[in-house]
Amino acid sequence: MKNHRPTIWEQAQEKGYSRRDFIKFCGWIAAASGIASSQLDQVVWALENNPRPPVIWLHFQECTCCSESFIKSSHPIVADVVLDMVSLDYTETLQAASGHQAEAALHKTMEEFKGKYILMVEGSIPLADNGIHCVIGGRTAKSIVEEAAKDAFAVVGWGNCAFAGCVQGSKPNPTQATPVKKFVGSTPLISVPGCPPIADVMAGVVTHILTFGKLPALDAHGRPKAFYSRRIHDTCYRRPNFDAGLFVESFDDENAKKGYCLYKMGCRGPVTYNACAVTKWNEGTSFPIQSGHGCIGCSEAGYFDNGSLYEHLKDTKGFAIEGTADKIGAGLAVATGVGVGAHLVAANLTKRTEIKDRIEEHTGGHHG
Amino acid sequence: MANQEVHIVKPVYVWEVPVRIFHWINALALVALAATGYLIGNPPALLTNLEAYDGYWFGTVRFIHFGSAYLFLFNWVYRVYWAFVGNQYARWNTFLPVTKAQWQEVGQVLVIDLFMAKQGEIKSVGHNALASMIYLVLFGASIFSILTGFALYAPMSSSLIPGFFAWFGGFFESEMTLRYWHHVAMWFYALFVIVHVYLVAYHDYVEARGVLSSMVGGWKFIFQKKG
Repeated sequence: MKNHRPTIWEQAQEKGYSRRDFIKFCGWIAAASGIASSQLDQVVWALENNPRPPVIWLHFQECTCCSESFIKSSHPIVADVVLDMVSLDYTETLQAASGHQAEAALHKTMEEFKGKYILMVEGSIPLADNGIHCVIGGRTAKSIVEEAAKDAFAVVGWGNCAFAGCVQGSKPNPTQATPVKKFVGSTPLISVPGCPPIADVMAGVVTHILTFGKLPALDAHGRPKAFYSRRIHDTCYRRPNFDAGLFVESFDDENAKKGYCLYKMGCRGPVTYNACAVTKWNEGTSFPIQSGHGCIGCSEAGYFDNGSLYEHLKDTKGFAIEGTADKIGAGLAVATGVGVGAHLVAANLTKRTEIKDRIEEHTGGHHG
Repeated sequence: MANQEVHIVKPVYVWEVPVRIFHWINALALVALAATGYLIGNPPALLTNLEAYDGYWFGTVRFIHFGSAYLFLFNWVYRVYWAFVGNQYARWNTFLPVTKAQWQEVGQVLVIDLFMAKQGEIKSVGHNALASMIYLVLFGASIFSILTGFALYAPMSSSLIPGFFAWFGGFFESEMTLRYWHHVAMWFYALFVIVHVYLVAYHDYVEARGVLSSMVGGWKFIFQKKG
């Protein structure tokens, strides 16, 4: 039985799920992953027949909110089976093994399933001071991820940390937190940004790989198109208020009660690519804007460096603590206007005789 | 100019019709873009009891912005074409400060503008060398605004033209940063317009060659010694 890895269907049965539950799960996960209903039979077939892929889930500089999010996926089979099923041959947070046993499990998986295992990385990798700011089992994050990524089938970078460094990668970035993409070499990388990513999006990505044995369609930043091709703004239910110019002016005003657009409260929905407005959170209950708070853009690179989370245009650094481009621009415009005005006065004073001479010259010359 | 010399004023047709049309469309588009762009960044708080489905003013402001952007883009394409087929005053090489004479004129105009000193007649009949240089900067800024603007527009459009610009967004960390730089660029035009309008009037005044009216009628004047 060394090489028999159970399928999702087999594991669901072990856990006591009925065929009906399993099919419901297939339909749900296919819909969540953006798989066409005509391909549903492929999903069912794959989850029945494909052995679970071995997964190594590494944690580096992160807060584990991605793992937290994943285990709170809305379908029970995800929590019960997928999480078990994606086997997690190695994951610091959830594995029973520790110490040398855990390291042994990691290396066993990497050797046995060379080129087949999926490497999931949560967190960024620090490079400062030779990488000593994140060391596991005596090895730096950099050397672990490079070794693990080399022979992986694919790398999945969970969260904004793996995508862009997130909070610890914000200026001045003392540990030189670096996104995973710098270390994967030629191994394909799927980035699933967010702080954390939506549980159902994570489950959808995993299911897609399981079902089709290949990567989902990715955009230019390596994010799955099914979930990251549209901005929060494009799918936001408050969008008609934006187009009608109806804005919340402060969090406690009448407009906020009416559910107007949160653009002026610094909502970053217009510049943030994610599925929050469609998939929503916690079993489709809500998402930030629905709860009356603007999007903070947590799935975008550098969101922590873009100034206040309540301003939709970031501050201009190097001028003033509260300097915005508009304040500086208006200041320069006023200064220019004053300069022009001063020039106008000075020109009229200094050019008097010159112009006078010219008038005389061209009107026949009174001196003549 | 000593008083004893007698001059005749000779008219020169400097700005051809396409150049004048370009200028005014560009001015119009810039004002529309800056005004709507500023509103998009800082929408005013309007009090209304209308429901969202009854209003679309912010959508209209954005529509004017995007419409003007297309006008601005194609107007520039047209001007670049004219830089190769237009007269000597509109040609591409007048905008590149490469000759010694051009740099000398830059110094001369700076002295006239900043110190208001008499520096004799400016040799260039069309743009003076300093103005040409500034217009080159304006051209660069326009390219930057077009690239950043259409790169912002690309993700929400399935049209062909914005798609050509999508790649430019890749140079920025995120769309928020892209949008920020697009917004900052707007202030360049605000400052440019203040200085440009003033200096045209100033040169009209000190040169007496009809600079201000030339962009309407196309004519400027040069002085020639008689006898």
